[in-house]
Amino acid sequence: MENPTKKPNTRGILDWFDPRGRRVGGWGFILNRLTAIGLTVYLYLHLIMLGKLAQGPEAYDSFIAFAKQPLIMFGEMLVIIGGLYHGLNGVRIALNSFGVGVPAQKQLLYGVLGLTLVGSLIFGLRMFATH
Amino acid sequence: MSEEKWTVNFVVYRKKGEGAPHYQTFTLEVSPEEYVIDGVERIWAFHDRSLVFAHACHHSTCGACGMRVNGVEKLTCITRIRDVTSNGGTLRIEPLRNFPVISDLVVDMSRLYVGMDKVHAPAVHPLSMAPLEGEGIKPPREVPMDDGKEYLRLADCIECGLCISACPVAGTAEEYLGPAVLAAAQLQGLGRAPDLTAVVDCVDGVWRCHSAYECTAVCPSSVDPGWRIMDLRRQVLAQRIRRWFGGA
Repeated sequence: MENPTKKPNTRGILDWFDPRGRRVGGWGFILNRLTAIGLTVYLYLHLIMLGKLAQGPEAYDSFIAFAKQPLIMFGEMLVIIGGLYHGLNGVRIALNSFGVGVPAQKQLLYGVLGLTLVGSLIFGLRMFATH
Repeated sequence: MSEEKWTVNFVVYRKKGEGAPHYQTFTLEVSPEEYVIDGVERIWAFHDRSLVFAHACHHSTCGACGMRVNGVEKLTCITRIRDVTSNGGTLRIEPLRNFPVISDLVVDMSRLYVGMDKVHAPAVHPLSMAPLEGEGIKPPREVPMDDGKEYLRLADCIECGLCISACPVAGTAEEYLGPAVLAAAQLQGLGRAPDLTAVVDCVDGVWRCHSAYECTAVCPSSVDPGWRIMDLRRQVLAQRIRRWFGGA
């Protein structure tokens, strides 16, 4: 039978984030992709912020004052959550890639989520106590 | 089989030629103990003879009837209707993802078969080399045997393609070998088949996998491709480390 299109039946990167029918490992993948994109966006924002240094102390100080708004602090919390999850999940995948803990990949993911939660709570408490 | 009857709406993906895909609903009275493929066959037999779908063995050996049922990859001949919907419920039947759709529920599985050829585990063997043809005839390559000296070709992989459909990165990496192919390479082992290293140790080989383990979750034959890919990575890394220290 002639195949008319030869184009794969896929929605491309949208399928990365489609949660329907996904199991634990699939959710781990979705979170990994989301945090990767979030951290990449943050990297560029961070570089823009650092660029304020070149504009003199007044520009930098005004940005720091701006950054103490609750919305920005919430964004910083997301960066910490994303960074912790992405880094710890990277350790999980690296261990799996050495053949370590593959049958326990779900439990390892639960551990990653637990450590991310604990680390985020500690950071959040310190951040809001400091400011 | 029980006398219990359910009314189920089969929402079936339809696509012909270059036409736009759409969904067509067929309401059937079924036994909940029947399998999803039974419903699809009944649609073809009594409602629409133009429905195109693949099936053969009806007992999870041929791997032909893989489809997505309510968004999850299933071998429809072993998926009981009771397990995937309820009385008055809906069954959304779609073709596998990450393969080109030929028509309706049938996809072009060339991607899988080409990959199998790359790792020297072809789906079809010359008759003269078929392992079941008698004394002294061997498979084309040495593959592991279990304790009973039975060949463990692909550890029961039935080449249904569910793993490639479920893999979230296979849709954005068309050249990715995919779980079943990498599992076939792992079964042979890089120690026994060192020429496979070049095939699997590349960006579209073991390193394209992002450890979602969806392949293992949907595999109807317990091949566990996720574990096999990780084991293949371990073999690749072990080879590299040995090379760093001057080993073969």
